[in-house]
Amino acid sequence: MKYILMMNGTKADFDGYAKWSKEDLQRNVAFMRAFSKELKDAGVFVATEGLGWPQEAKIVRADKNGEPVTDGVFPESKEFLAGYWIIDVESPEQAYKIAARASAAPGPGGKSGSMPIEVRQVLSGFADLGI
Amino acid sequence: MTGQPGQSSEAIEHLLRELTPQVLGAVVRRFRDFAEAEDAVQEALLAAATRWPEDGLPENPRAWLIQVAFRRMTDHIRSESARRHRESEAMLEAMRMQEPATVDAAPQEDDTLVLLFMCCHPALTPVSAIALTLRAVGGLNTAEIAKAFLVPEATMAQRISRAKQSIKDSGIPFQLPTSEERAQRLRAVLHVLYLIFNEGYTSSGGAQLQRVELSREAIRLARSLHNLLPDDAEVAGLLALTLLTDARRLARTSADGELIPLMQQDRALWDREEIAEGIALISAALPKGSLGPYQLQAAIAAVHDEAARPEDTDWPQILALYDLLRRMSDNPMIALNYAIAAAMVHGPRKGLELLDTLSSDSRVADHHRLEAVRAHLLELAGDRDAAVERYRAAAVKTANLPERNYLLMQAARLASEKESN
Repeated sequence: MKYILMMNGTKADFDGYAKWSKEDLQRNVAFMRAFSKELKDAGVFVATEGLGWPQEAKIVRADKNGEPVTDGVFPESKEFLAGYWIIDVESPEQAYKIAARASAAPGPGGKSGSMPIEVRQVLSGFADLGI
Repeated sequence: MTGQPGQSSEAIEHLLRELTPQVLGAVVRRFRDFAEAEDAVQEALLAAATRWPEDGLPENPRAWLIQVAFRRMTDHIRSESARRHRESEAMLEAMRMQEPATVDAAPQEDDTLVLLFMCCHPALTPVSAIALTLRAVGGLNTAEIAKAFLVPEATMAQRISRAKQSIKDSGIPFQLPTSEERAQRLRAVLHVLYLIFNEGYTSSGGAQLQRVELSREAIRLARSLHNLLPDDAEVAGLLALTLLTDARRLARTSADGELIPLMQQDRALWDREEIAEGIALISAALPKGSLGPYQLQAAIAAVHDEAARPEDTDWPQILALYDLLRRMSDNPMIALNYAIAAAMVHGPRKGLELLDTLSSDSRVADHHRLEAVRAHLLELAGDRDAAVERYRAAAVKTANLPERNYLLMQAARLASEKESN
């Protein structure tokens, strides 16, 4: 069963992260690398990506001719995807356990975090669409 | 079959990649259909990769591959003609009469060159040219190329297919460019090889997991090109540049995957052999008097690589070389590097002045590198607050994760220094 584990952040979260100390940054980066390796060693890893900063993101809509119209983002209250993992596991419980690992990523001062990680099942049958 | 079974798979792989453009050249010359020939050769390579490790190497590996590819081509034509018209039968008969043994008589050295020119044709987008070059000239298979670029195999297969269709549609002939076109076409080839090298050199993380190293492949192709065109100074310049840059590869990343900038690298980890070869190449090329951007970049890399310690770097020479380079090209990245060199020779304020003029260049005004360089110079100039801000601004803009981490850590380091004062 495939699940996507999504890490979101508000503008305040992103701004805060940019101001972390060197040690806090290093610890978090090291954690993320080790976490990905754990997933690979366990044979559950499908994909992981970190995304560009929300400030650089664009909202694109089609105009009446189908041409893209781009706008900036960043209304204060919204959340933005920072990154995700896609895993292939035997049960939802296994997915939640892994999400808890991601949630505990160390924050400022090296404290284990408790970040909310959104867990959604990835639908099967997509391949049958001939993609 | 001769040759022992159990030939190392690495040796076979190496041999197959060397033979690929030669075999492809022979098939294209025979059948005049580049796209189909390329597919046929891919199948022949697959057959070899499957059979040779078990059966041992054939007596004439090249002829073996050509024979299999020829059969695939005639099979394809036969199935096509079954759907179309009868006169193809006569053509088929004629082809079947001529077995590859006679065709194989004279290996065409030029074929690799012709293929390189073809696959790097300016009509193709850089992305298409890269994919096609790696397969048709580099002899990599689609899965390997897909893995190197972190896209699905089917996506890469389609990319290559469309590239071949573009070639077909544009009617690019299977021959060397005319002397009028040659300079421009060669520049296009060098550009593609440079892009492949860069992709391999700046990619992170996945690099260890990839079976194929793109920068190694770019160096291999540049070396083949240099062997084919030994008198061309820019070709030598590109080979020198890739060697001199690749030499620093092991020092660029820490054990934790963090980026280490040039001035902070452990030079004991630099590859002395690659540096020696690069310096020899550029020293031989420069006196030829046909100076070009790759030679200049190679010369700059050589000056860096020759310095035993960072403080031994001959910045005035680097500045002079960048000055020559920026007269040749209005690439804003060169202007950026010129500003860094100027800062090292005349002080950070001078560098910052030059960056200000760059801010009005829309191609680079918003670029993370401009912010990163500005941050570094502001730090050197002692303007700590502004430097912290610029490092963070650069971190927000970069599309490379290790680089983002590096820039955020620079900001953090500076910010904490300020607090402790």
